[in-house]
Amino acid sequence: MTGKGPAPGRFSPGAGHLQQFHEQILPHLDGAYNLARYLTRDPVLSEDAVQDAMLRAFRSFGQFRGTSPRAWLFAIVRNCCRTAQSRASGRVALVVNESSLGDDVSARIDAQPDPGPSPEEEVLRKADVARVRAAIEAMPEPFREAVVLRELEDLSYAEVAEVTGVPIGTVMSRLARGRAMLAKELLPAAKTGDEQSRSAK
Amino acid sequence: MTACVDQELLLGGLIDGELDAANTALVEAHVARCEGCREEVDRLQATRGLLRSEGVRHNAPESLASRIAALPELEPKGANDNRLLKWLGPGAVGAIAAALAMVTVLPPNSETLVDQELVSSHVRSLQPGHLTDVQTTNQHIVKPWFNGRVDFAPPVPELADRGFPLAGGRLDSIGGKTVAAIVYHRRLHTVNLFIWPDGKARDRSFQKDGFAVTEWSQSGLRFAAVSDIPSSELRQFEQLYRGRSG
Repeated sequence: MTGKGPAPGRFSPGAGHLQQFHEQILPHLDGAYNLARYLTRDPVLSEDAVQDAMLRAFRSFGQFRGTSPRAWLFAIVRNCCRTAQSRASGRVALVVNESSLGDDVSARIDAQPDPGPSPEEEVLRKADVARVRAAIEAMPEPFREAVVLRELEDLSYAEVAEVTGVPIGTVMSRLARGRAMLAKELLPAAKTGDEQSRSAK
Repeated sequence: MTACVDQELLLGGLIDGELDAANTALVEAHVARCEGCREEVDRLQATRGLLRSEGVRHNAPESLASRIAALPELEPKGANDNRLLKWLGPGAVGAIAAALAMVTVLPPNSETLVDQELVSSHVRSLQPGHLTDVQTTNQHIVKPWFNGRVDFAPPVPELADRGFPLAGGRLDSIGGKTVAAIVYHRRLHTVNLFIWPDGKARDRSFQKDGFAVTEWSQSGLRFAAVSDIPSSELRQFEQLYRGRSG
């Protein structure tokens, strides 16, 4: 695929490789950054992790054989976030953290400052965005990453499974639990629970 | 009124468009006659609306985009190489080529070094706490763990049904290169499978310091399995592994 011998200015298998990388991987920079932001919850770590991920992705792009370049890139981003986080906190990177599925979500959301009502729409909208972001960030990681990949990045279940390294069934249950947490936190609590009278309708 | 517990995953699948035709019809029919599930679908849609409202998704800052564009490896080749070529001239290029050729003629020595390192790494890995960085019997966790840690994707087939359960993986170093090490068990023994990119390895088996080593290469990767199990069993491992990593 890479032409003949070394013509001047075109030594390496580089040119085609580079072009493909520009076409298939770089367009997902926003997605990669978004994922990193919600995984690390830290703007500086996110930038480092994404830059690192792009470089690693470029170096191993020749090995990529899968069908979804985006899922492949996101898996790398996810690992780079872990590395960046453990470097930052001096801890050893551990991949499996199923134990962190605590139920302290609403406590952490409640700790977020309440933007309060405001007459101006723009302010309202920003407050809404901040509230949604805070609710996502407060979720335990397995649910957070599933929701971010599915709802914000629009990945298919199969792609989410590929990125997070779990079976599709697990993706589905994590999504369901994650969405339930978000609904409980973000939606008006009008019709939760059977104790509510239905005669009002 | 709440949704039916047994429908929860299916409702998610429905709004995600991930159900097949038959299940879509079944779930839609159920939603049509179940008020609780209808409300649940509304809640799911409302939540989705909030999540997808503008501004929730972070966009990469301009500074990051330009930092990445400026990475030397990502810049279009050509300009730099040409300049270098002109500076060096054809003679120098020939000299460099000759020097490289000499380096590549030398390897027999480094090859035995690699053999030694394979065995030492295997022995070192057996010390407490050294065997695995990611410890799990789940191939779907081991395989992606290597993403971004090594510049290739090592196959991690499931072999437990043939007596080689997966134990985990770690990074190791062979011949100065970072390699993937995948760990399988055989009864009470350990098999270390070292993997790294190397197109020109040849298939061979040998014994060193009482350990069996089997090497092969496949799609640009070199594989070296090391264990204290009999070499016949190690070759059986090779067959199984190659058969399932396709």
